[in-house]
Amino acid sequence: MSVTPIAPDVGPAGAPPGNGSLIGRIWRDPNGRIGLVLTAVLLIVGACGALGFLPHDPLDQFPDSRNQPPSGTYWFGSDQFGRDIAARVAAGIWTSLRVSVVAVAIAAVVGSALGICAGFFGGWLDQIISRFIEVLFAFPAILLALAVVSALGAGWQNTAIAIAIVYTPIFARVSRGPTLGVAKAEYIKAQRVLGIPTWRVLLRHVLPNVSAPIVVQITLALSWALLTESALSFLGLGTQPPEPSLGLMVSDAQNTITSQWWTMAFPAGAIVIAVIALNLLGDGLRSALDPRRESGR
Amino acid sequence: MALSWKWFGARLGGALVTLFGVTIVVFVVLRAIPGNAITASLGIESGTLSAGQIEALNHFYGIDQPWYSQFFSWLGELFQGNLGVSLTSGNSVSSLIGAALPVTIELAVLAALIGTAVGVLLGTLAGSGPGKARDSVTQGVGLLGLAIPEFVLGTLTVALLADLFDYFPDTSTFVPLTESFSGNMSQILYPALVLSVGFAANVMRTTRSEYVETAQADFVRTARGKGLYPRRIRTAHVLRNASIPILTLTGIQFGYLLGGTVIIEQIFALPGLGRLLFTSITDHDYPVVQSSVLIVAAAFVVVNLLVDIGYRIVDPRMRQI
Repeated sequence: MSVTPIAPDVGPAGAPPGNGSLIGRIWRDPNGRIGLVLTAVLLIVGACGALGFLPHDPLDQFPDSRNQPPSGTYWFGSDQFGRDIAARVAAGIWTSLRVSVVAVAIAAVVGSALGICAGFFGGWLDQIISRFIEVLFAFPAILLALAVVSALGAGWQNTAIAIAIVYTPIFARVSRGPTLGVAKAEYIKAQRVLGIPTWRVLLRHVLPNVSAPIVVQITLALSWALLTESALSFLGLGTQPPEPSLGLMVSDAQNTITSQWWTMAFPAGAIVIAVIALNLLGDGLRSALDPRRESGR
Repeated sequence: MALSWKWFGARLGGALVTLFGVTIVVFVVLRAIPGNAITASLGIESGTLSAGQIEALNHFYGIDQPWYSQFFSWLGELFQGNLGVSLTSGNSVSSLIGAALPVTIELAVLAALIGTAVGVLLGTLAGSGPGKARDSVTQGVGLLGLAIPEFVLGTLTVALLADLFDYFPDTSTFVPLTESFSGNMSQILYPALVLSVGFAANVMRTTRSEYVETAQADFVRTARGKGLYPRRIRTAHVLRNASIPILTLTGIQFGYLLGGTVIIEQIFALPGLGRLLFTSITDHDYPVVQSSVLIVAAAFVVVNLLVDIGYRIVDPRMRQI
């Protein structure tokens, strides 16, 4: 006898009856479309910066052309060391995205695992995990990140770890709630009766059913992570010079902002655009995964 | 009885357990630091000390004790109000925090007040006409408010104030509110305004979505059918019912404000808790880091407790849970 009639593999919770890929569904949401385009542009610009496709190297100093306004040679102008700001912004986007992606990946995996286990097994495990989540929530994000960075030392890997610790409880909380409902569902009971190993039930049946809020949370967490990373770099505790970083560039521009607006405008603009892009993408994902929520409402 | 004692006891107990967990986390994180407080305070590599010297110092600072006895002796000292001594200045940590805390609280309260007022106003404006032009404009402004980092806005504000108005905040001495209102405001109003932007944007978004949702409720249609004035429906029916999530959010946001002041105080050179924390982190002054983080987290737990009690008072339905 086959198992499939009893426990069909269901897609992500709330997948609309209509067809179309996830990207296609995001594209139909006006906010999601803008988010998708902006995110793609950022990725391309960042990749160009990281791979050295731009005319200048982000670290090269040209002493003869310090503080140049934007021009044909220096698209975004140059800074006080004669470094090309366009190249630095592109490389900075890459740095920020790298830290954010690593941090959110760790937070999403660890947090979701904690949340799903807590919701599925309940009992004392749930008690301990929930309490732990609550304790981590008691620390304001930037503060916890600062404390962890002060313990681990600066540098991009440690920044990523600090941000991951900050956002782990959010993923745990977001995945625990839906798991509570799914764990009681008939098809999960059927799996257990059939003697399917628990890890398999969790991975193949619980995870796909609670994945929608986790996926939405990932894009939103990426935008917060990016903000936290640039804030830490601004304070001098994130990415270390001379490595280009958007937060550090804003910090460097503090004294030159009124005479050389471009030193501030481009890195700050990149941060704002990145955060908006990821937020809109999150909005689009939310309405793509949840048919009850109409877009633009 | 407005509040059930059973609920209150359970909630208070939960808050105490959380606080205990917070002390453990702070203790563990600060113990994870490579090296230890001794090398940090002496500012030299431990390699230059002889084994006997290290042992003597370890014994003096209690580091040779097992971790659990270190933890409980630290906790015991905490309960007696002894937060230790700053490694860099030699002042007691409690006096440093006592001087810094009022600045941060004033900054956070002012930012929260401005942010809530502006946020609720804009959120109502957007939510009362979903899909209309004023909705899209307000939502766009809100998104921008969320996306512009505080440090960018703060830096811009400082630069523009200096450039356009020749205004340089006097940072040499902080003027308390009790001493001079205008002197105090000239130092704290701008940073509070900068802090309130993100706060207002969050409150605005929640207010809007709650407003839109509540406005579709049956009781609102009934009120409209009764022929009530739209303004009365807006305030007494929609906003009152939408106020609970807004209150929750304001509470959570307020806690984050306490932490978010780190950057703003740094930019505006305000001698608050955030600045104290930041300088102690860069100076490796761990007793100060430990206690300031603890104070902020404790404040956060207390604020959340107050919010929980608060919405039981606002919403009679919650009291039955």
